[in-house]
Amino acid sequence: MEAGELDRRLGATWSTPPGLWGALSTVDHKIIGRRYIVTAFVFLALGGVLSLLMRLQLAQPEARFIGPDRYNQIFTMHGSNMMFLFAVPVMQAMAIYLVPLMVGTRHIAFPRLNAFSYWMYLAGGLLLWIAFAVDTGPDVGWFAYVPLSGPQYAAGKRADIWAQMITFTEVSALAIAVEIVVTVFKQRAPGMSLDRIPLFVWSMLVTSFLVILAMPAIMIASTSLILDRLVGTHFFNPAEGGDVLLWQHLFWFFGHPEVYIIFLPAVGMVSSIVATFTQRPVFGYLAMVMALIATGVLAFGLWVHHMFVAGLPRLGESFFTASSMAIAVPAGLQIFCWLATIWAGRPIFKAPFLFVIGFIVVFVIGGLTGVMVASVPFDTQVHDTYFVVAHFHYVLVGGAVFPLLGAVYYWFPKLTGRMMSESLGRWSFGLIFSGFNLTFFPMHILGLQGMPRRIYTYQPEMPWAGLNMFISLSGIILAAGFLLFFIDAIRSARSGPIAPANPWGASTLEWATSSPPPSYNFARLPVVESLEPLSDRADPLGFVEGLHTDRREVLITSVVEARAEARESSVGNSIWPLLAALATSAMLIWSIFTPWAVVWGSIPIAIALIGWFWPKGDPEDES
Amino acid sequence: MRAPRIGVLSTGILVSGCSGSQSALNPYGAPAIHVEHLIVGIVVLSGAIWLLVMVMLALALRRGRRAEAEGQTSEGRLTMTVSAAVAVTVATIAGMTIASFYTTRSVGLPQSAAVTITVRAQQWWWQVIYTGSDGTSTFQTANEIHIPVGQDVRLQLESADVVHSFWVPSLAGKQDLVPGRPNDLLLRAEKRGVYRGQCAEFCGLQHSHMAVMVIAEAPSDYARWITSQRANAMMPADPDAASGQATFLAKPCAACHTIRGTLATGTTGPDLTHIGSRQTIAAGLVETTRGSLAAWIADPQTLKPGNNMPMVPLTSIELQNISAYMDSLK
Repeated sequence: MEAGELDRRLGATWSTPPGLWGALSTVDHKIIGRRYIVTAFVFLALGGVLSLLMRLQLAQPEARFIGPDRYNQIFTMHGSNMMFLFAVPVMQAMAIYLVPLMVGTRHIAFPRLNAFSYWMYLAGGLLLWIAFAVDTGPDVGWFAYVPLSGPQYAAGKRADIWAQMITFTEVSALAIAVEIVVTVFKQRAPGMSLDRIPLFVWSMLVTSFLVILAMPAIMIASTSLILDRLVGTHFFNPAEGGDVLLWQHLFWFFGHPEVYIIFLPAVGMVSSIVATFTQRPVFGYLAMVMALIATGVLAFGLWVHHMFVAGLPRLGESFFTASSMAIAVPAGLQIFCWLATIWAGRPIFKAPFLFVIGFIVVFVIGGLTGVMVASVPFDTQVHDTYFVVAHFHYVLVGGAVFPLLGAVYYWFPKLTGRMMSESLGRWSFGLIFSGFNLTFFPMHILGLQGMPRRIYTYQPEMPWAGLNMFISLSGIILAAGFLLFFIDAIRSARSGPIAPANPWGASTLEWATSSPPPSYNFARLPVVESLEPLSDRADPLGFVEGLHTDRREVLITSVVEARAEARESSVGNSIWPLLAALATSAMLIWSIFTPWAVVWGSIPIAIALIGWFWPKGDPEDES
Repeated sequence: MRAPRIGVLSTGILVSGCSGSQSALNPYGAPAIHVEHLIVGIVVLSGAIWLLVMVMLALALRRGRRAEAEGQTSEGRLTMTVSAAVAVTVATIAGMTIASFYTTRSVGLPQSAAVTITVRAQQWWWQVIYTGSDGTSTFQTANEIHIPVGQDVRLQLESADVVHSFWVPSLAGKQDLVPGRPNDLLLRAEKRGVYRGQCAEFCGLQHSHMAVMVIAEAPSDYARWITSQRANAMMPADPDAASGQATFLAKPCAACHTIRGTLATGTTGPDLTHIGSRQTIAAGLVETTRGSLAAWIADPQTLKPGNNMPMVPLTSIELQNISAYMDSLK
């Protein structure tokens, strides 16, 4: 079949209808992925505004801009928003967009679940922000320790809203994790055996397993909390045989892996950028993959280091000191491999690569302070102080946001078909890098000087006023950098220079198709023969034929060798995921007010699911 | 209206020669001193490691920037270098882990402490309970812990409501007060002084204003202080104060506060038996003076918004008399 004819037929089969109906019913992973990324960045901006408000209040001792009630809501919103509505979703959103392209398939596995997960995420985010807007935002911290978040000390609906927002994001994150695992294991291009999977895809695979294993812990925790609050159980009430520390164990059994759920995708992004901008494959592919897996395993063995001052048995604490320190080894290995790649390569200093350099400078500091807080005696002095605030911002902003911003510059042509501005990219990198360090480095000192976290004010006698003012002013530089980034992204998406298919000369499969890719991703499914399928451009990419063009089909391949196994039909657009998400959201929000919502609210959900899974008949039988 | 705040220099026998009254880098107690050595050691070592990595990064970037004239680095050499770097990382991490274990051992609880004091945290103040050696004659104070210098003091940490964390950085690392799970903490001051501490675990609205003072004094002074605190409150001699006492007992104040030797036996708020002798009120918020007492009683919600003390309507005379009475409770 001629290329033009093939494109026309595939386009007719795979494209999303225009207009509102198309927007609400689409299951195209690229449309949903873009939507997810944009939504996550909106939450980043909102969370950033909250941090500026906090810095306004803390710039001076005993300031009266924001009272304790609003302040507690603001820092709770900032943490919950950044962790649950920005950091985890944005990483997963990048995966939704990129993973099917990078493994060379037409569609993500479970496309309708993918649409459903986005609507659930949006509903959870709206619930949280609307509650905050009407002064009912949660105010018990993003960690929501009991009994402060329990029925006795958190009256009203604020803590319930927090717990239900967690449920929304759990549903959404778990759904994506399952889609990614199945897409990577069963839909890779023929020939992409396990040792030819791009590092970003590996990182998202490990991340998805972390999500699947960590989320149940927070589900148990948030469900028990809701039950304590609404039904009158006593899971966390010591007076009735419950246990306060149970919450902390469950929360951190999820909460620590959460850090790696955010960080590991960044490892994948950095690897992609380093390989492209040093013009050679990342050194030590096998070591990098092993480090990803080792980090994933160790991530579950160190939650107790968040509880070193809770009065746990000493021997247990020693074990968790050792395991917390040990996780620095795979992280160090990854850093050394990147350095070796840069050493052996020919670096090109474009904006994405600048963010990677910034990442190494900042993240190494975050990693080293992580080793510090892994030590029990060290931690008894800095736990719950600004030292820890500095530490985890170095890890999360340095370790994840810097790579993410680099990734946006890097993949922007693939996402939008247009290039971002290189000069604005350099400016925003410079402002963000300097603003970040000026803002967060002094917090290490404040923490050692005794300033606790989560305080809305401090007394003028304390020697913290100077540094706090300095930090607040530096925060403006950081904010300006982000503002510039947002301006550049919005402007470039509309009127940036048109991008070719592979503007950076990269070597992974997502660059084998046009920018942005057509609705069917690849007209002819590629066949992969090496780790860097596009690096030898003289040799055109092999391809497979034989998939139907008149209905949606994807190629199923074996897990290890990626040998072609079967054709599988992929579902089309449907409004039912949206209706199912609306019904589920209504039930979850309603259940904040009465447990009966779980009973009556499940009826619309059942109807929506029946519509969703209504059998269509096997097209193979009809033809 | 603002009450006078405690100044760092006005708190009497303040630690001499220190830049902050609440800092892990100004240790004056054995546990905090051990930890400070560990902090300095690890920070210096980590700084060196960071510099080393940065030098490596700079060299790698610079090398790549110059043309490939120097030829390719062999994979074998890269593997060896990366392996060596990982080996050094493992050794460094192991060293820090061992140093951490040794420090943990040196800050543990002693077999027998000279003094045991119970600290019970509440939203948002510290109840401090002293028990005599016979276990019976106890007295309470609030937000202020007196300890003898140079002796091991065991704090029994409890919480009356939510999770709090006891932290006086100059003397020791912090320890949480968890409802239903009492904890212990070793406290020891090597030098006389007033050491400020603060609740470190987020505990609700007024988490920010939950300070605690540890006053370390010579054993003889400490014994004198114990004797004075054990005594019941004196009957006020001054007529204003006497009238203040009558108002105190007639108004809802007595429902929440105890003043030993009077009919006031409330237990929700701090024991006020010797409030006039404490350096601060409202958990370290303001210095104890007649003026600040009056300001606090007149409108506790403006001074410390959201705290659990209600505003009790009083005439200005009543207010003056009650604050005079409080001030007289030395």
